[in-house]
Amino acid sequence: MCLGVPGRVVEVRGAIALVDFWGVRRETRLDVVDEPVVPGDYILNHVGFAIRKIPEGEIRETLALYDLLLRESESDMMAADVRGEIAGARPEAPVPDA
Amino acid sequence: MPELVRDTGVSELRFRDPGRARALAAALEQLCAQIGRDTVSVMHVCGSHEQSIAKFGLRTMLPRSLNVIMGPGCPVCVTDVPEVDEAVALALDGKIIATYGDMVRVPGSSRSLADAQAEGARIEILYSAAEAVELARDTTEEVVFFASGFETTAVATAAVVLADPPPNFTVLSAHKYIPPVMEIVAEMPGNRVEGFLAAGHAAAITGSAIFDRFVEHHRIPIVVAGFEPLDILAGLVKLLELIRDGTMTVENMFPRCVTAEGNRNAQAQLWRVFRTVGGNWRGIAHIPNGNLRLRDEFAHLDARRRFAIDVRRLWEYAPATLTQSCICGDIMAGIASPERCPLFGKECTPDAPVGACMVSNEGTCKIWHQYGGHPDL
Repeated sequence: MCLGVPGRVVEVRGAIALVDFWGVRRETRLDVVDEPVVPGDYILNHVGFAIRKIPEGEIRETLALYDLLLRESESDMMAADVRGEIAGARPEAPVPDA
Repeated sequence: MPELVRDTGVSELRFRDPGRARALAAALEQLCAQIGRDTVSVMHVCGSHEQSIAKFGLRTMLPRSLNVIMGPGCPVCVTDVPEVDEAVALALDGKIIATYGDMVRVPGSSRSLADAQAEGARIEILYSAAEAVELARDTTEEVVFFASGFETTAVATAAVVLADPPPNFTVLSAHKYIPPVMEIVAEMPGNRVEGFLAAGHAAAITGSAIFDRFVEHHRIPIVVAGFEPLDILAGLVKLLELIRDGTMTVENMFPRCVTAEGNRNAQAQLWRVFRTVGGNWRGIAHIPNGNLRLRDEFAHLDARRRFAIDVRRLWEYAPATLTQSCICGDIMAGIASPERCPLFGKECTPDAPVGACMVSNEGTCKIWHQYGGHPDL
């Protein structure tokens, strides 16, 4: 839950940005990010909020790291967290025993 | 996930080079020899750190005298029983409970939210605080956002509280604040934590300077580290250097993501909405200033003040006997490891968790169940 995921800003509409995460487009809120964000910028998303604009010089390395993480299998817990952030859904709880 | 086609041109060896890992391990060996004690214990407080440590078997590379412990780094796990009871009681009273997925299976005194759901209560699992507000806008019913997470996640809750949510939206805060619990576990009998590894992304918001006061008061050094195996090993090397030299400072080994001051806008919103109060962390202890609760100004959005929450009816059921053997609290305090628990991997598994540490992907027990924790050499 403390792992964010980077994405590229496609469009900004007021306090909401449309962000591309590895081909998946989702809305991310801009309420708490501390710098102006424009299309083309990369942000770090955590539970639907941009928490940081990624500085120009760090984009490549940050993306390379996540590329590596996302190549992991379905059973990899960190990759699962990152995929969950991208899909915009926490892993679903199983149906409880009645 | 679509296949990744981006060629970043950065070699993955930058993050996982075995040669670099061996060099860092050799440096740790040398530092432990220089420190010259039988045991040096350091603690991290981050589920992502533990996932990396366990998955890559880093403990097998560490010097025998170096003990790397996972502390209370799982917000779901430390959510206390009465907090779950409050959510269950509100759910049974007909409120819609919106919460993050892992919270649904965390045991209360007699029932979890999943149990309440099976009894007909409406529980909505969501990914973001913003979705809880949207849910409230789409209904006339009361929506209670059962909010968990450390300060990093509390920032998102603060943002929606400040963004004029509808009148049928309230927050039941189970948010926790990490620095105070570090002070408590560092001084617990049976623990001799000589250094902390702090989590990179959390510090992106709070800034590494959040730990300055702690280091000054407790004379325990802290290193902020990333979550990849080499980041963690490099963080440990820096931490052992500080311990060897008796240098009591906060060092930032994750400058790619963390600055000293952090995200001030996020911090301003966090503290405008929340104040710290004392409270129990499940199984660990009463933690002064360890809980984040809504300030008086936002009482109208605070489920605890808007509704009379009667949790006593949940106490009529005897707690399951298995839970009495659960040692999650000791594990989160760093006093015990999962393999010491009689239930671990037997009665308690990810499919049928007895304790909260087996529920969340950030819980020590679930991580060790998946990857093994301390493989035999």
